[in-house]
Amino acid sequence: MRLQYPSNINIIKLPCTGKIDLIHLLRSFEKGADGVYVVGCLEGACQFTSGNIRARKRVEQAQEILEKIGIGGERVRMFNLSSSEAPHFVQVAVEMTEKIRDMGPNPIKTAMQKAA
Amino acid sequence: MIVADKKPIEEIIEMVKGYRKILILGCNECVTVCEAGGKKEVAVLASALRMYFMNEGTKIEMDEITLERQCDHEYLEEIRNSMDQYDAVVSLACGVGVQFMAEKYFGSPIYPGVNTCFMGVTEERGVWSERCQGCGQCILDRTAGICPISRCAKRLLNGPCGGSTKGKCEISKDLDCAWQIIIDRLKELDRLDDYEEIAPIKDWSTERAGGPRKVVREDVRQ
Repeated sequence: MRLQYPSNINIIKLPCTGKIDLIHLLRSFEKGADGVYVVGCLEGACQFTSGNIRARKRVEQAQEILEKIGIGGERVRMFNLSSSEAPHFVQVAVEMTEKIRDMGPNPIKTAMQKAA
Repeated sequence: MIVADKKPIEEIIEMVKGYRKILILGCNECVTVCEAGGKKEVAVLASALRMYFMNEGTKIEMDEITLERQCDHEYLEEIRNSMDQYDAVVSLACGVGVQFMAEKYFGSPIYPGVNTCFMGVTEERGVWSERCQGCGQCILDRTAGICPISRCAKRLLNGPCGGSTKGKCEISKDLDCAWQIIIDRLKELDRLDDYEEIAPIKDWSTERAGGPRKVVREDVRQ
């Protein structure tokens, strides 16, 4: 298909979204990521039965923490799609990029630059 | 194990505001199992606090250590040489660990990072429930291994109250009637005759009502 998606997205490959821990999501923001989204298999289609469900819960935990500490819970999201849904992958990438662009840069990044 | 729950981060932020160097101290025992105060939770709390204060424009240093236990001298001694450098410690151990830290490092501010709840079991991941109140005089031999002190809302000793309906307690439809389980188990064990025996009045002096308790065993004391 050779579809294009925004070049600002850095893809981190994992064997299963169930590998993601809450700390991985938080550290991304600590290191200055403006937004993070997790793309897992469709619910009910996890080869490891519940990896994507676990990932969703961890994303929700990250959202709650980020909201409470003033970074913004909407900067982290979970999407479910199958590997054959390339147009959907692009749609998600565009949607998330636009959302984060509207929200502005990660305030941690700005604070770090000020402190330096 | 001792079951604890996570403390809201905003409460912890309020506690540590104003300190410059903080130690987040986890415990590798019960609170690790109930996912409230182990190494992972220490990392998450430290990361969240770092981000919060960075966003506020406050420079704060945060170290993360998880001890094997916080309820024994030898493990708390492991941090003695580094304690001087911290303005405050947030302990993610149960209330026992927090207090032992406070006793041992008398001049250092120690704050609780979890809410300690009860002694209980993991029913399933994410669900913990109470099983023991540490009354100091175990009666499980008479109640088929089910504790009416911790599991009956009224702590009754001689059968259920009138509020037991279809095996559930009157205080919540989600709560099993402890006496229903006791009777079911006595039946299963073919010991239903034991149910007819009247339990004597319990000596509550060994329970918390008798004041703070202590176990002294001369046979193992050094």
